Amino acid sequence: MTLTAAQPFVFTGCVELRQALDHRATDERELLERLEEVPAGSVFYHTHGYFLRHRPITTAYGNDFASWVATQVRDQVLAERLAVVNPFEFASLEHVREELASIIHDHLLRLPAVPRVEFGAPFYFQQSHIVEVSLGAGATTLAEFRAGLATVDASAIYFHMVEARARLGRRAGDFAEWIRTSLGMPELADGIELIDTYMTSLERVRARVLALVDGALEASPR
Amino acid sequence: MIRVEDYRRVAPPGVVDIILTLAERVRGRRFLHLSGGRFGSGPAEILQTLVPMMSDLGIDAAWEITGGDPGFYTTAATLQAALRGSERVLTDEALDHFVEMNRVNAKKLALDADLVLVHDVQPATLVEHRAARGRWVWACHFDASRPQRRAWTFFRPFVNQYDAAVFALPNFSRRLGVPKYVIHPSIDPLSEKNRELAPREVAGVLRALAVPQDKPLLVQIGAFTSADDPLGVVNAYRLVKKHHDVRLVLAGTSGGEPDSLEILGELRETAQADPDVLVRELPPDASLQINALQRAATIVLQKSVRESFGLGAAEAMWKGKPVIGGFVGGLPQQIVYDVTGYTVSSVEGAAFRVRHLLNAPELIARMGAAGREHVRRSFLITRHLVDYVALLIHLSR
Repeated sequence: MTLTAAQPFVFTGCVELRQALDHRATDERELLERLEEVPAGSVFYHTHGYFLRHRPITTAYGNDFASWVATQVRDQVLAERLAVVNPFEFASLEHVREELASIIHDHLLRLPAVPRVEFGAPFYFQQSHIVEVSLGAGATTLAEFRAGLATVDASAIYFHMVEARARLGRRAGDFAEWIRTSLGMPELADGIELIDTYMTSLERVRARVLALVDGALEASPR
Repeated sequence: MIRVEDYRRVAPPGVVDIILTLAERVRGRRFLHLSGGRFGSGPAEILQTLVPMMSDLGIDAAWEITGGDPGFYTTAATLQAALRGSERVLTDEALDHFVEMNRVNAKKLALDADLVLVHDVQPATLVEHRAARGRWVWACHFDASRPQRRAWTFFRPFVNQYDAAVFALPNFSRRLGVPKYVIHPSIDPLSEKNRELAPREVAGVLRALAVPQDKPLLVQIGAFTSADDPLGVVNAYRLVKKHHDVRLVLAGTSGGEPDSLEILGELRETAQADPDVLVRELPPDASLQINALQRAATIVLQKSVRESFGLGAAEAMWKGKPVIGGFVGGLPQQIVYDVTGYTVSSVEGAAFRVRHLLNAPELIARMGAAGREHVRRSFLITRHLVDYVALLIHLSR
């Protein structure tokens, strides 16, 4: 274990710039067809990005596709099946796309007619561009990391725990990676890596990381 | 003087720091806004605050307006109405004159900037005169998804000369040859319309408006037009009134159009027959009155049947009120169903939800608090500022 890291951890917040695409769906077959052709960034926006946008509100459906099917098409069966797709369990966005498409395809095979929007709104596909924002001078000890984590903007939790893993290829997430490689605390890193970021809020994720860090600080020699 | 630091006490924690850090990256760059006027429109209301905030951050922010003869203003208004989907007559001569007047405007204005954000229709054709450097973005603040075909045929080639377009909602746009970004409009929490008011101030304004506070108040602020459906609100109130002793306040502007005058006449007749229906015509600058009425409300209605983004819902939620709104425009985006209020599609639906809330006062408080937090995160001007600066950074990459 290293008490002071040579490489400081710099918290990075993010701003999501949304871009509308020329793809929309008014029924579940169109949803399937468009889902298969939109850029991977759009799949990311409507699955992982859901957690950034729904910060203060309970994440009832887990992704935009399930939310639309539930609230606009009112097909609870498909909504439930889509809602349980945990995008964090997949190795790539193409795998997430494949899973979602396969569920919709399978669902449609069992129906005599394609459920469509009657009174609700169509599904509009979007994608996002992330603008990174460096926050603060950086932490070199676990105590400094804890102090920074407690007050940093919630978008930094999203950036280091979601964006870094799903879009930037840093599979362990930035918190766990830094704690493992710079502070030499593999057990704490493993604990943070195991935190389930699906179907929760960024504040709850922050609280869980803080609890693990507090435990490590209490256990460490003074 | 408007200072970004003043927003620290109302914005979500950390947001002002994000703004300051982002601004460092664009300090000294020129950010030019072009609009059709400085008063009387949604974009103007936002720019009155956003431009000074940008200057406070060290960004070289400027706001210029286009002008011309009466024919220019008339054509701009007609063209915008046609792009919104209304049937209008546009002659080739009028459109040529409109383009020519903007050619004259281009000679008078300093159009050189790192990012030029052109708001709505009146200055839009200035893009023909863009300088070689810098990015040009058309910011459309209305629903342009169903334009009159002739108006769109004329206008689309101009939009395609921009580097990008910005819409309030993804469904407000047509297919374009340039990227379309989505930036929701916002409210200024420190403005006269949204600032905190002491109960004494609220009571004073309501006294002046002759609105007693002895019963639960249902309030709708909006134009007396069929789009805002004040008559539908009266019908919903009547269904509620059978079970709850409430008072309805309809406050807004008439606009002087035939449709509007007819509706206002009908509302006045209703108010004469029922002392618990209060119709108040407000002047265009009635920010304090709107603020006080929203704060005094038990439940705010925004039962529109046609709407652009409709920031009235966000204004009311910022004041901690549950909102019952129509399922149109930007209202479903603002109102989180069953969390901050309800979207409804009928008079009966509105009445049902009002009764539902009046029967559960604890829900009114809970939804009001959730609404305020939702607006704090998503619809304050600080978020709008972040989005515009992020757009500048993104487009200058």
